[in-house]
Amino acid sequence: MSDHETSDTDDATGSDGKRGAEPTFEAAEYADGTVTYPPHTVSPNGAERVGTVDLREYEARIVTWTMSTATPPGVREPNTLAIVEFDMGDEYDGPVVRALGQVAERGGADDAGEPGDVEVDIGDRVEPVYADDLREPGAGIREPASQDWDGFRFRPVE
Amino acid sequence: MERVAVIGASMTQFGQRDAWVQELLAEAGAAALDDAGIDGGDLDHLYVSNMASGEFEGQTGVPNALAHDLAATGAYTARIDQTSSSGGAGVYAAWQSVASGASDVTMLVGGEKMTHRTTSEATDVIASLTHPVEYKHGVTLPSFAGLTARLYLDEYDAPRESLGKVAVKNHRNGVDNPHAQFQKEVDLDTVLGSPVVADPLRLYDFCPITDGSAALVFCPESVAQEYVPEDEYAVISGIGGATDTHVVHERADPTTMGGVVDSSEIAYEMAGVGPDDVDVAELHDMFTILEFLQSEDLGFFEKGEGWKAVEEGVTDRDGDLPINTSGGLKSKGHPLGGSGVAQVYEIYQQVTGNAGPRQVEADTGLACNVGGFGNCVTTAILEGGR
Repeated sequence: MSDHETSDTDDATGSDGKRGAEPTFEAAEYADGTVTYPPHTVSPNGAERVGTVDLREYEARIVTWTMSTATPPGVREPNTLAIVEFDMGDEYDGPVVRALGQVAERGGADDAGEPGDVEVDIGDRVEPVYADDLREPGAGIREPASQDWDGFRFRPVE
Repeated sequence: MERVAVIGASMTQFGQRDAWVQELLAEAGAAALDDAGIDGGDLDHLYVSNMASGEFEGQTGVPNALAHDLAATGAYTARIDQTSSSGGAGVYAAWQSVASGASDVTMLVGGEKMTHRTTSEATDVIASLTHPVEYKHGVTLPSFAGLTARLYLDEYDAPRESLGKVAVKNHRNGVDNPHAQFQKEVDLDTVLGSPVVADPLRLYDFCPITDGSAALVFCPESVAQEYVPEDEYAVISGIGGATDTHVVHERADPTTMGGVVDSSEIAYEMAGVGPDDVDVAELHDMFTILEFLQSEDLGFFEKGEGWKAVEEGVTDRDGDLPINTSGGLKSKGHPLGGSGVAQVYEIYQQVTGNAGPRQVEADTGLACNVGGFGNCVTTAILEGGR
């Protein structure tokens, strides 16, 4: 699975927040110039993958958000989630690049275990912060070994 | 290609049932055979729409079990799983089997047994349809609804109350449906004061977890009157299926369900009708926001104006375009694989004039069954045979 490939790092501690010491937030770039997150086998137009893009390098804003109070087994409760859209720069003319993820507490620690009742607004600027476990592997129905469980939350930037 | 008729239908009581999935399917199947005046041995094909009997109950192989229970052994059987749109996909498969000439008589039975699971467990089974990058964040289908509802209200300047009015309307319709899980009205204050589930949506914006089953019997229209009188069958005049992205945040417009747009265009073209010709519709109101999105993406209303139709009573039972006369998933219940079949059951009753106190003036009806959060969609158009 591409996620496994993409979250490999030279040092996956991710707890000090330093660039280069945490996994990359990897999207796929395709021969037709488009970028998608998550990576797919081919682009929406069928073009082959030619590279990767680290979404940590791009500014993102909240498109919409919700605070979910009825969460599945192994998920923080409540769980604030947001869809964010990345500003890929003036030279990028492909489809919008978005990601969905948990919202991290303002100014909170980068890793797991933080409260999920974060209030944000549409249009808020956010930055990705790495977490080792976004939910408890094996607590839900999905086989723990079938996917990775670390990733990036979105922390509002003042 | 043969035109396909629906000559029999049934649905069980929806709600919390003691019966397990095999019993629920058999109950609906036997009743539909009886309604069509045939026996299990008359079936060439038997399809079962079911999303997750293995995950919910540890029972797999349900089509074969059903064939045995209904004395239909020898029939070709298959299980149709398309998550929440398994029912609609089953209607498509059943239609295809008859239209192609592969089967002279086909029965479709859709159903699910869910209520023995906690809400958290059932939610997780359903959420297992999501992409790994969604699932690991704890995304649920209700949270997709909350995300989309907030964006819709913001983009189209719609009042929060308009979503609540969908719940009020559909509960009001469900009062007259003896099979509905909730046969009681709710008022707007109750909806808006219920606990938050996925902000801005609250408990009454969501359908319940449900046990239940529904069934339909199909044959070529050319022989339908050998089974039932002319005014007691309906014709599937158009049907289409389509998909949207698996990953919800990759859609160009998160308030548009591309699968609804595409499947309905196919169905309209096949039927030779347009949205203005539809007299009654059953939409997949698993969440109140979905009724707005589908009513717009089916072409009933302009984009961003579905909420106004609800506010103005256009979609009431006595409005210009009644939507969810059955009570919808919201009031009737949502036994996953059974819901798309039950939607067509309601439209079949409406266009054959057998909907009792829920009856509206309807020659042409439409059912739109949505899987995932618009990931897979089937739209079917039915016309009365009279």
